[in-house]
Amino acid sequence: MTEQPLMTVSSSPHLHDGSSTANIMWHVSLSLVPAALWGIYVFGLYSLVIILVSIVSAALTEFLLGKIGKECTIWDGSAVLTGFLVGLNMPPSIPLFIPIVASFFAIFVAKWTFGGLGANWANPALSGRVFVFFSFTTQMSTFTTPRTLLEAMPDTLSGATPLGFMKTAVSGGSCGATTNELLSWVGYPATPIAQKISAVLGINAYTIDTFLGNVAGSIGEVSALLLLIGGIYLLIRRIITWHIPVTYLLSSALLSRVFGGLPLGLGIFQGTFFPSMLSGGLLFGALFMATDYVTSPVSSKGKIIFGIGCGFFTFLFRSFGSMPEAVSVSILLMNIITPTIDRYIRPRKFGEKKLFARKEAVA
Amino acid sequence: MHAVPTFRKGGVHPPDQKVFSREQEIVRLPLPSELVVALSQHLGAPAKPLKAKGDAVEKGEKIGESVGFISADVHSPVNGTIKEIKTVTLANSVQCDAFVISVDEKQPEDVPKPVDWKKLKKEELLASVKEHGIVGLGGATFPTHVKYAVPRDKNVEYFLVNGADCEPYLTCDYRLMLEKGKEALEGALIAAKILEAKKIIVGVELNKKDAIEHLKQIISEEAWPIEVVGLKVKYPQGDEKQLLKATINREIPSGKLPIDVGAVVSNIGTCYAIYEAIVYKKPLYERIISVTGEGIVNPKNILAPIGTKVSDLLEFCGGLQGEVEKLISGGPMMGFAFFDTETPITKGSDGILALAAKKKARQTPCISCGKCVDACPIGLVPTLMYKQITNHNYEVAMNSLSLMDCKECGCCSYVCPAHLPLVHTFKTGKKMGRKK
Repeated sequence: MTEQPLMTVSSSPHLHDGSSTANIMWHVSLSLVPAALWGIYVFGLYSLVIILVSIVSAALTEFLLGKIGKECTIWDGSAVLTGFLVGLNMPPSIPLFIPIVASFFAIFVAKWTFGGLGANWANPALSGRVFVFFSFTTQMSTFTTPRTLLEAMPDTLSGATPLGFMKTAVSGGSCGATTNELLSWVGYPATPIAQKISAVLGINAYTIDTFLGNVAGSIGEVSALLLLIGGIYLLIRRIITWHIPVTYLLSSALLSRVFGGLPLGLGIFQGTFFPSMLSGGLLFGALFMATDYVTSPVSSKGKIIFGIGCGFFTFLFRSFGSMPEAVSVSILLMNIITPTIDRYIRPRKFGEKKLFARKEAVA
Repeated sequence: MHAVPTFRKGGVHPPDQKVFSREQEIVRLPLPSELVVALSQHLGAPAKPLKAKGDAVEKGEKIGESVGFISADVHSPVNGTIKEIKTVTLANSVQCDAFVISVDEKQPEDVPKPVDWKKLKKEELLASVKEHGIVGLGGATFPTHVKYAVPRDKNVEYFLVNGADCEPYLTCDYRLMLEKGKEALEGALIAAKILEAKKIIVGVELNKKDAIEHLKQIISEEAWPIEVVGLKVKYPQGDEKQLLKATINREIPSGKLPIDVGAVVSNIGTCYAIYEAIVYKKPLYERIISVTGEGIVNPKNILAPIGTKVSDLLEFCGGLQGEVEKLISGGPMMGFAFFDTETPITKGSDGILALAAKKKARQTPCISCGKCVDACPIGLVPTLMYKQITNHNYEVAMNSLSLMDCKECGCCSYVCPAHLPLVHTFKTGKKMGRKK
């Protein structure tokens, strides 16, 4: 008998599609790069420093905490991704200690204390952002004007985001108009390219600027176009599914179209549809924060409920709340409900009665 | 437009890897000098040995008798002598007694004397199926005569023949359809007569278009009432639940059998075995097996006697090559890894695979990505089942998460980016849950 090589014995299946946790994390990071590069371009190199500081402090926190449990988990990429997300969520002029605090909070409090990767109930990056937002509200609400708008910008308006601007307007009593109308009354500029496109397509120039990323805001959230490209990349690679982003965006946009006019003193069906989708980090939240695996439901049905919930709360906080951070808080709220959704919303089991019986196919 | 028939929910698309052996014609294995014929080759109670050490056996002679309701007879594939009866461990970890038969040099010639089955009554046919030890050859090895004994209150509307061959690598069913398609289809007619089925449908995955064409041609030449349906290439298309959904759009509820929705499913290989048993009175003592994979020098589809040791098969195929990590009995998605090449093949062995070493992936905690939920063709939530079982909450997993509906098809483990041993855990969980 010939010498027999040693064989591995393990349970089936013996094949794997080759995906891995680390691979997914790095791909999500990659998908954020275009939006990050745009942010660095319009807000300056200091933005790059902020992003790098966030990533390094998140990874370092993960590394040091790993020392306690004698394991090294930074190569699973999740800490780097969290740091990256934190960095992209910082205003471009933030003092550097704030992203450090945010990253530390994200990894240490929101993730590690609950048991590390996979065990946290709240999105770490969002928790970090919300934590520093309510701790350092002034710095977190100070925005710089993007390079592309700088020339035309009157000093009085410098650094205002359209959403923040509207909140001020509403609380000041100047109601009876949509955001875009308000913006044009005070002479908020639009870029020449947006004006050109506007002339051709007949879409409001402010909306086009928001879409392209010529707007004040956090480093990574300004360019809706590039965020969409990143999101589509994740969809194509099947890293995320359509359920959360689509239901989130649609539900908040629909609600804002129907009821969004009310707080401004307009009637029903007077709100906007698309601008509300593009502004204030909603797209960022819907594509990259709400879709976080760990803190969103596992089933498709659950994801749809999660998305609609996020959309509802976002609309509610934006239109009727007095505080900003509608997107972050909505997603965190839905994070709390996620385990409950997973407990009660299950896929239809094979052979169970359908909600809507289909007619029998002819074989 | 007509959509390609398939099941809706879940499933995965592993690379089909049939290229190694799909062009290899079925060849008969030169008789090995020794066979190890196990007494538990089927689902249910092991057969009772009818021979003792030193007894002479004849080709086709019954050497193990079925005991109990779910059991099947075992026959000797050769003329020979019982060297000993010893306990063996089969590839699927079942331990049972087995005859070690030393094969005589002189073997009887096969003299085919075909029987006209159309003259036989349905009861006679069913008895004959039992007599010849036919079991399901798709891998589950459920005794066919038990499956075909339809209760009085049930009607069989459809007899479905599974030619999906959905496991990657395996080509034994494909070759069978190409080379013995007519016989297999006639076997299906016999089965349908036993079952009094109104309609016969053969489901074949569309990566075997030539097999589909071949079967269709035979059917039109013979004017047989059989329909061949091309199915989307998607694993586990050949599972009876998914096959039923794809072909006749009926779903088998939890804990029920195909018969409860008016159908019986058999593998195409089983149909061929039925044909041989009825028409040539040949017991199930040999089968077609694919010996394939990156680690096999000359992959082949082999007609081998039951009880052939894997070492003999490997030798016939030129041995192993490269760095082989695993030997698998069956397909790569549901087959069993084993380490001993002295392991004998059984009635259910549809393949022996030698898989090349792969890069080891690191296991991480579950990140709740939900990919397993989307992949599960039964609509279970593997991630929650996994968490409950690893926390020893077997009852929660069984009762509220329907662990017992899991058929271990492997889709969840296949897509899990955290590389969690999901199927392994479910197998353990079922055992532990039953114990409690």
